[in-house]
This record gives sequence, C-alpha cells and structure tokens, in this order.
Amino acid sequence: MKPPGHPELILAAAAAVAAAFLPMVVNNYWLGIGVDAMMYVALATSWALFSGPTRHISLATGAFFGVGGFLVGTGMSDHQAPFWAMAALSAFVGAILAALIGIATLRLSGVYFVIFTLGLAEMIRNLVSWVQNNFLGSRGLYVLTDFRDQHLYWMLLAVASSVYLLGWIVNRSRLGFALRVIGDDETVARHVGIDTAAAKVILFTTTGFFASLVGAIIAPRWSYIEPNQVFSPQLSFFVVIMALLGGAGRLWAPIVGVIPFLLIWNWVDASFPKQSILFLGLAFLLIVYVLPNGFVGRIEQLRDRMRGAGG
Amino acid sequence: MIRRRPALSVQGVTKRFGGLVAVNDVSFDVEKHEMVGVIGPNGSGKTTMMNLISGLHRPSAGRIGMKGRRLSDLPPQRIAREGVGRTFQLVRLLPGLSIVENVMAGAVFGHRRRWGRDAEDFARDMLDRVGMDARSDASVTSLTYIDQKRVELARVLAGEPEILLLDEWLAGLNPTELETGIDLVRALRDEGRTVVLVEHVMDAIRALCDRCVVMSAGRKIAEGEPGEVLSDREVIRAYLGDDGA
Repeated sequence: MKPPGHPELILAAAAAVAAAFLPMVVNNYWLGIGVDAMMYVALATSWALFSGPTRHISLATGAFFGVGGFLVGTGMSDHQAPFWAMAALSAFVGAILAALIGIATLRLSGVYFVIFTLGLAEMIRNLVSWVQNNFLGSRGLYVLTDFRDQHLYWMLLAVASSVYLLGWIVNRSRLGFALRVIGDDETVARHVGIDTAAAKVILFTTTGFFASLVGAIIAPRWSYIEPNQVFSPQLSFFVVIMALLGGAGRLWAPIVGVIPFLLIWNWVDASFPKQSILFLGLAFLLIVYVLPNGFVGRIEQLRDRMRGAGG
Repeated sequence: MIRRRPALSVQGVTKRFGGLVAVNDVSFDVEKHEMVGVIGPNGSGKTTMMNLISGLHRPSAGRIGMKGRRLSDLPPQRIAREGVGRTFQLVRLLPGLSIVENVMAGAVFGHRRRWGRDAEDFARDMLDRVGMDARSDASVTSLTYIDQKRVELARVLAGEPEILLLDEWLAGLNPTELETGIDLVRALRDEGRTVVLVEHVMDAIRALCDRCVVMSAGRKIAEGEPGEVLSDREVIRAYLGDDGA
C-alpha cells in the first residue's frame, strides 16, 4: 500500500460530504442499499487496513460484527442500557477480542491464518448461541430505537470516514511503512528492526474495533436479533470479496469493489434467490483468475502499460 | 585492570535441530574494526552461526554478547536495534517497494532511527555509497544480481550497524562483478567497520580478512590469520579429505 498524499485526502473528504446528501435525494429502496453499501465500505476499508499490507486474509469480520450486534441486543433488551453506551462497549470488546486473536495467530500465515480465523468466528458464534440458550433464557433480543435508515447511514458514513482517516494517517507513518515491509518479507522486517508482532496486533485490533462498532450501529435496523443471524459467516466472505474486487493495495480501493458487487448481488438475489451462493463462488473465481489485484490494481497496470508503450 | 571488551563475543555456542548438531560448542571474539571470516566446507554450520548471531535462531546452549550485553536471548528485531545488521545468503529484497524504499527500511527501523526526508536522503547516500544510481526508479526485481546485492547491502548500512554480518555476499557473482564486490567489501573494511563474513571465495578471504575462524561439521577447527590458517593440515583435510592432506 503506497502512502497516500494530501490530494487524495481532500478528494476523500469531498466524496464523504457528497455521500452525506444521499438520504435527501433518493427513495427508501435506494437508501436501504446505501446503508448496506456504507456498512460494507466501513467493514472492507478497515479489513484492508490490516489484510491489505500484511496479506493475511482474515475471515473473522463476522465474529467482530456479531459481537457488536449481540452486545447492543443484550444490553438494550435485557438490561435497558442506552444504545450509545452499548455501541461504545461493543467497539471496546471487539478491540480486545481482536487483540487476543491477533496474539494467538502471530505465528500463522497463509492458509493457516485464513482457516484459523474462520474456525474461530464459527466457535464464537456457537459459544454465544449456547450461552444465550442455556443461561440468558430468551432466544431473541429486541433492539428498539427511534433511528431511521438515514440516521444509520450517517453514523456508518462517520465510521467509514474515520476508518479512512485513520488509514491515511497510519499509511504515512512508521507503522504503515513497517506493515508494507512485513507484507513483503517478514524475516527481513524483523532483521531491519521491526517489531512485527506489535505492528500486526495493533492493526488487527483496529479492524476488530471498527467491525464491532459497525455491527452495533446496524443492530437497530433488524429490531429483532438472534446470534445466528448477526454472526453470519457470509458477511466475512462478502467483506473479503468486496475488498479484493476493489483491490487491497489502496486505501480507497475497497470502496470501488463494494458498490458494483452490492448492485449485482441485489439483482442476483432478487432474480435467482436459489443460485445466489453460486454467484458468490463465481465472483471468487473471477477475482482470483482475472483481477488478482482488483479493479484498481488492473487499472493501474493498464495505465503503466500505456505509459510504457508511449515512452 | 580494565579488560578490553570485544565488539562481539561468541562463547560455547551450540545449536541443535532435533538430532542434528549444526553448531557444536563454538567460541570466538571479534574486536572492534576487525574483519573476521567464517569459512569451512558446505554444511559446516557457517550460515547457522550467522543466523544465531542475528537472532533468526536461538542457541541451544552458550552465549553471544555484544559489548558485554547478552544478545542470545533477544529476538532479531531487538538485535538489529542493538546494532547488528546482516545480509542474507540468498538476497532478500522487498519486491513491493521501490529501490529507495528498500534502503529506507533499514534507515527507518534500524540502530539509529530516521524518518521522512531524513531517512530518504540517508537511503540515497547509502545507495551512492554502494555504487548504485540513487535516482533510479527501476523495480527491484529487474535488477542484476550484483545490483540486488548492492541494494541489500545499502539497506543494512542504512541502519548504521556497529557489527555487519555478510553471509556469502560474494557468492554467485561473475569474475568482473567479483572484483567490484571485493573492492566494495574492502572499502567497508577501510572505513573501520566491524565485519563478520561467511565466504567461500578464498581469494577474498586472503585479501580482506584480518582473521579467520574455520568450521567443519559444526565445530571450530582452527582460528588465526588467513595465510596461516589456510595452510593448516587439519583445515586442508576438512576441505579436501584425507588424500589431499
């Protein structure tokens, strides 16, 4: 991930301001898609913060997201806690959980890391279901707030903007440079003096923090929450697909993946509901074979080639 | 009486990999401003010795110290920050980074830590120092082998290490490149750097080293000035077998 400059930050700020006006100009159907899109933009960007430079594909997003949704549900349903307090607590718990997973997976890389994070997410889902069924009594939780879709949209926009800003700062810092070195060669990274463990855990913790926060914010949309629903493993795969489709090499690239994927997905899900998982598989194949560096990587490659031909 | 502390001291170091004893009770010191060669036939444990000093492996027994501080319990990143820099037997560059960024990696996180413009300028100085065009925006994967080695050396120098470990830095070079390579290492020596080098090229050992440590099957079998050591009967036997001696 190359360090982004000030023009990119200004462009991103302008895009965020423009995006804030969406609820005023579209109908409810498109606003619903907008909420989905903003949710995935925040998730995919924070995912890419860690997985982009280190190339460790994490499938634990669903677990962090679920922790957020579940904590808001439990807090509001069983303890009458205010939404804001539970959202803040969720982000904090997500960060701690991510730090623990980060420490546990330090020595794993490649496919072992992928499988570990997937298995762990499933374990957390089952554990939460079990605790819920056996000790907390009720199966479902109610999240009742006055929030409408546009409020959730704006909250998610604020989270996505914060993720972007944080990534922008990190990528220009020593830590961001350290992650690029780690992504290329971890042995070299350690031998030039980088504390690879600390760098990876810090970034993974941020990913967990934001994914849980997003899960908490989206909870009011469902009103009724079940552990099996908020800990959906499908969400983890969606985030990976969207981030890879855009390209994990640039901070803003996942956004480029989120929008086309969601639009096609909505169409496929509506037209061929039984074949939607097939589409997910095809999308994975397509990315691996045709767009290994995503849309953005492909565009940059073509640009370089044209420059090469011109010069 | 004050005893002079060696820059690097290896004391009774052993490394076992399962049943294999790769390094067996080896001891030697390296004085400040000294260039010490570690030589020996293939599989004698030279590279393992380098890996033990740089922290890639942890010794099974023994102690490695630097100016009285113990290095052998530290992870590689801490050893690097203490001031030990190394190159790798098979060059390891960072393909996703530009040439200057590759060298900056050494400057930013190394023994003396720089950042921003300062790190970039220093990286360019180091590239100049090893005879590379510092303005080049070529990709590191398109470089010739000796240029890759130069960039790696520049990365190590950018960390301003107090002790430099060169693991077969001259291996794989053609005769012309070898001459350039030897000149480059000699220049490091003339700067008064403390260097430990593992090498197979005997001419280079004779030309460059103040002292040699000879290893065979994990043990140290001789130590001394290169001319003296290379004519030692046991060393010749280790290299050429009993018939040669």
